[in-house]
Amino acid sequence: MAMIEFRNVSKWYGSFQVLKDCTTTVEKGEVVVVCGPSGSGKSTLIKCVNGLEPFQRGDVVVNGQSVGAKGTKLPQLRAKIGMVFQHFELFPHMDVTANLNLAQVRVLGRSLDEATAKSHALLERVGMIDHAKKFPGQLSGGQQQRVAIARGLAMDPIAMLFDEPTSALDPEMINEVLDVMVELAREGMTMMCVTHEMGFARKVAHRVIFMDQGEIVEDAPKEEFFGTPRSERAQQFLSKILHH
Amino acid sequence: MDFGFLTQPAFSGGGTYFDWVLSGIKWTMLVSVCAWLIAFTIGSVLGVMRTTKLRWLYLPAAAYVELFRNIPLLVQMFIWYFVIPEIVPKALGTWMKQGMPMPEFWSAVLALGFYTASRVAEQVRSGIQSIPAGQTQAALATGLTMPQVYRHLLLPMGYRIVIPPLTSEFLTIFKNSSVALTIGVLELTAQARTISEYTFRTFEIFTLATVVYVLITMAVTVLMQFVETRVRVPGYVGTGK
Amino acid sequence: MFSAFDFDVIQRSLPYLWQGMLFSLGLTLLAMLGGIVLGTLLALMRLSSHRAISLPAAAYVNLLRSTPLILVIFWFYFLVPIAVKQLTGNPYASGIGPFYSALIAFTLFEAAYYCEIIRAGIQSVPAGQVHAAQALGLNYPQATLLVVLPQAFRNMVPILLTQGIILFQDTSLVYVVGLTDFMGAASKVAQRDGRLVEMYLFAALVYFILCFSASYFVKRLQLRITPPR
Repeated sequence: MAMIEFRNVSKWYGSFQVLKDCTTTVEKGEVVVVCGPSGSGKSTLIKCVNGLEPFQRGDVVVNGQSVGAKGTKLPQLRAKIGMVFQHFELFPHMDVTANLNLAQVRVLGRSLDEATAKSHALLERVGMIDHAKKFPGQLSGGQQQRVAIARGLAMDPIAMLFDEPTSALDPEMINEVLDVMVELAREGMTMMCVTHEMGFARKVAHRVIFMDQGEIVEDAPKEEFFGTPRSERAQQFLSKILHH
Repeated sequence: MDFGFLTQPAFSGGGTYFDWVLSGIKWTMLVSVCAWLIAFTIGSVLGVMRTTKLRWLYLPAAAYVELFRNIPLLVQMFIWYFVIPEIVPKALGTWMKQGMPMPEFWSAVLALGFYTASRVAEQVRSGIQSIPAGQTQAALATGLTMPQVYRHLLLPMGYRIVIPPLTSEFLTIFKNSSVALTIGVLELTAQARTISEYTFRTFEIFTLATVVYVLITMAVTVLMQFVETRVRVPGYVGTGK
Repeated sequence: MFSAFDFDVIQRSLPYLWQGMLFSLGLTLLAMLGGIVLGTLLALMRLSSHRAISLPAAAYVNLLRSTPLILVIFWFYFLVPIAVKQLTGNPYASGIGPFYSALIAFTLFEAAYYCEIIRAGIQSVPAGQVHAAQALGLNYPQATLLVVLPQAFRNMVPILLTQGIILFQDTSLVYVVGLTDFMGAASKVAQRDGRLVEMYLFAALVYFILCFSASYFVKRLQLRITPPR
């Protein structure tokens, strides 16, 4: 069953086209990695899934629900999809637990006790329970990103989106975040990840999408992508990021 | 310097010149605080309106800001005091001129309040806009609605960021309250000038008035620094990344 | 309601108002120039590591910034004639005229505000620039004059001009000592002819058009200096 389905999505900023007729699907339980040079539109693509980036043509269908349709209540749709950002985007004026509780209470209508119990369980799982009462500014980047993943999971999402989750991290902190993501993938979470971490892709991805200049150039099973990429652009890109 | 004249009975009114100074301080504070209530309330609403993407909200707010900050306060004060009573419906105008208690005071408060609201609006707007866009996206991604994002993220963070500039706006109102003397409010600067005319102790009385302004400014600054530390977000430095 | 308005009074007094406007603009430009020069000196003093230099500058700036402009104007109208008598040794000297008294008051007042703008501008130049200049063998005055100040002023031009617009609005306060700037001229006509509504609304309109166009120009300039991301 297709969890996320892109149907001929196109998007323009003024006259500049950032997405060109993008079509692909993410099945339930599938882990899809999106890669490509900067400015290729991969972050824009992933933000179309929960309607953070509006698009002008085509549609995205999430779990049978259209993102672009007029009647769609975006807040309800977004509540079902967890998202992790490059710069973590924890709310600086709330402690870690309050960051996880906010949407549980305000969007899902959980009681504070219920939400806190859930938050603490998830913080335990990402190894951050000792920091439950700290503020984001008191944590390292890797710690903040693990909290951000827990914040997404707290909503019991049907899928998780990752937008370059390790690009803003110091090298020594990348693995603590990737470990959490690998574990999540192995548990069968549906995941769409924009990342350059090809090691992560090799380990857990089912499919790899390669984008360039707003187009999906390559969309192939992992083995095929790393074995013999069909397009020259993908070959060039891989040789650049793998041989450094 | 000889401040002995302060205890002398004043030219009129029964008290001493020192009583005149106290009365001046009282009116300076009253004008400032009342005007600040208007400026803070209206300025906050306008500032928030300007951060939305809805044309019918931000355009009127932008027009207000441009209108009120591009006309000198003195001119605005004259318009509230001399012009408004003439151009409103006749019955209201007559009441403003003859029935309304303390017309100078209220004109000064309205002029100063509406003028400063445009400055407060700009501070609130830039405070909210200095919060990185990713924060709003993250809040929306969890399913919060835009009003909830304002309520739980943009306003609590925005107001923390604008405490220092709003403090200086309050101090600006406090200093600008002296413009009220042009329409006859006997605040501190007006009293100082009047006393200097009656006693010729110009140097002493101006020094006293200046010291009072400086002391109140210092007191407000210290108080707001205390407030700032109380609401400071742990580990949060500035707004940049 | 406009039927009772007498727009003719504006037309009749235009030459007089123009004289007032020249006074306002002249006072603004000269006080701005003097304020920036003096403000730069004060800013450099405040940034000095010698307390004997930085403390007096800080005291001056904080004193003027916590005093209302009207009180400062009153102060100078009281002090300047005394100073002139002292300096010339002539007890019957009549002062230096209202324009120069106002100019001195505004220059000294605005210098305190310009000082803080310029200080922030200087501090916004990265320390690495000073180090690089020193590594090339420039001494402190050379590094300041040739490397720091040019960069600082380039970034500050919009803020300095915005402060100039505020200064232009502030010059209307010379009304309190009876001078005939634009607002003073408008209010004298208003009271002479009993036409307060027309004259004050006209004054507001003129100030609005001038200040709005000037701040629009500054905004455009700012976009050219720091292009939007």
